[in-house]
Amino acid sequence: MAALIEIERLTKRFSGFTAVDDVSFTVARGEVLGFLGPNGAGKSTTMRMLAGFMPPSAGTARICGADVVDQPVAAKRNLGFLPEGAPTYPEMSVTGFLAFTGRIRGFRGSELDDRVAHAMLLTQLEGVRLQPIETLSKGFKRRVGLAQALLHDPPVLVLDEPTDGLDPNQKHEVRELIRRMAPEKAIVISTHILEEVGAVCSRAIIIARGRIVVDAAPTVLEESGRSLEEVFRSLTLGNHEEAA
Amino acid sequence: MAPALIVARRELSGYFATPVAYVFIVIFLVLAGALTFTLGNFFGRGQADLIPFFSFIPWLFLFLVPALTMRLWAEERRLGTIELLLTLPLPQWQAVLGKFLAAWAFCGIALALTFPLWITVNVLGTPDNGVILSGYVGCLMVAGAYLALGAAISAGTKNQVVAFVLAVALCFVFAAAGSPVVTEFLDTRIPQLAELARALSVADRFGGFTRGVISARDILFFASFIGFFLFVNAVVLDHRKAD
Repeated sequence: MAALIEIERLTKRFSGFTAVDDVSFTVARGEVLGFLGPNGAGKSTTMRMLAGFMPPSAGTARICGADVVDQPVAAKRNLGFLPEGAPTYPEMSVTGFLAFTGRIRGFRGSELDDRVAHAMLLTQLEGVRLQPIETLSKGFKRRVGLAQALLHDPPVLVLDEPTDGLDPNQKHEVRELIRRMAPEKAIVISTHILEEVGAVCSRAIIIARGRIVVDAAPTVLEESGRSLEEVFRSLTLGNHEEAA
Repeated sequence: MAPALIVARRELSGYFATPVAYVFIVIFLVLAGALTFTLGNFFGRGQADLIPFFSFIPWLFLFLVPALTMRLWAEERRLGTIELLLTLPLPQWQAVLGKFLAAWAFCGIALALTFPLWITVNVLGTPDNGVILSGYVGCLMVAGAYLALGAAISAGTKNQVVAFVLAVALCFVFAAAGSPVVTEFLDTRIPQLAELARALSVADRFGGFTRGVISARDILFFASFIGFFLFVNAVVLDHRKAD
């Protein structure tokens, strides 16, 4: 079976530097890929290209076989994307916002209501359903962004720091949610919380200075007797020293 | 419903959920009324028509419409929602069209709220309501032209002040292109350009509408003007969205 996410030699150059350099990987159904790296390593840029927001300088990205540049609408239909910082329209209510994204995705009438209600149930937003998003705390805002990504039950989920700003209980809930959904989906999450990788990911990619330095299961990374943090530090810091 | 209309609906309710709508409408109505009755000499002319009102509209919109368009894409950028909107499964031009339609409908609402002027002339005399209707259609056309131009500029810059100033300046060029000062200057020096200036003048085209003449050529002018700048908007957005 073809992988749901296929990234081939993806490259993004900005004037003067290369943010993402020749990155290739695939994610199959049932995999949860943890995308790790120091700030500025190219995690968000890669995710933006995968989501079809940023055009790549070179290389291709496909979601369920649809190229994100040539068939953007088909690719985005199968994608749930949580952008960095979980942006939402602050003046809208939670239900209003979710219904908006649902309508764009083609849901109508009672199906739309069901989808919105289900997404709020998954992310525990029922208590604030009619509140304007700007009045919500950071954790709630993040979950509104997450609800929007889950609303249409997409086969591919790309989540940029899904647990950032959540308290420990909420983090636990979101990880549980990801674990429950994992068997049916291909999921990519970026994070710089290393214990999260061990908790939910079946595979980890460490990216530094735009390049993939490791692609392995978290358990394999820890086999050498070192903690994931030591592995991360030696790989990402080593690269910097090399360049200096 | 087409995705553009879903976007437009969200945008329009966004205007009314923030002070933008109320400030814009109140200032527009106050200025339109004040200019009509003072500079426009509404009562002193002794004629039951809305010519004094219409004559100020292109100049009033010159400042107010860029105030609407400057935030169109800049606000999405500031909030980061541009990344959300453009990763939803809708063609990018539908997002561009949706935002434009919402702003246009909003201008339509502001124009409709000048209805007391229309009632006043009908109470005081017997105006030609067909001419008045055609004048309102002209106002909408001018608003649409400025909106499309301003929206395209807004897609190109993150900075709202830059977007506002550039939009005012460019709208002014199209508003003033047909004015005697410009055309007489060009007539004596570069006659070919004078023709072009007259042909591109938003204010000249608008003049026809206020006299009750809705010509196919003028409609075509405004339609292609709006279409062209919406196209520019989509192209610019595609190149600058991630900056």
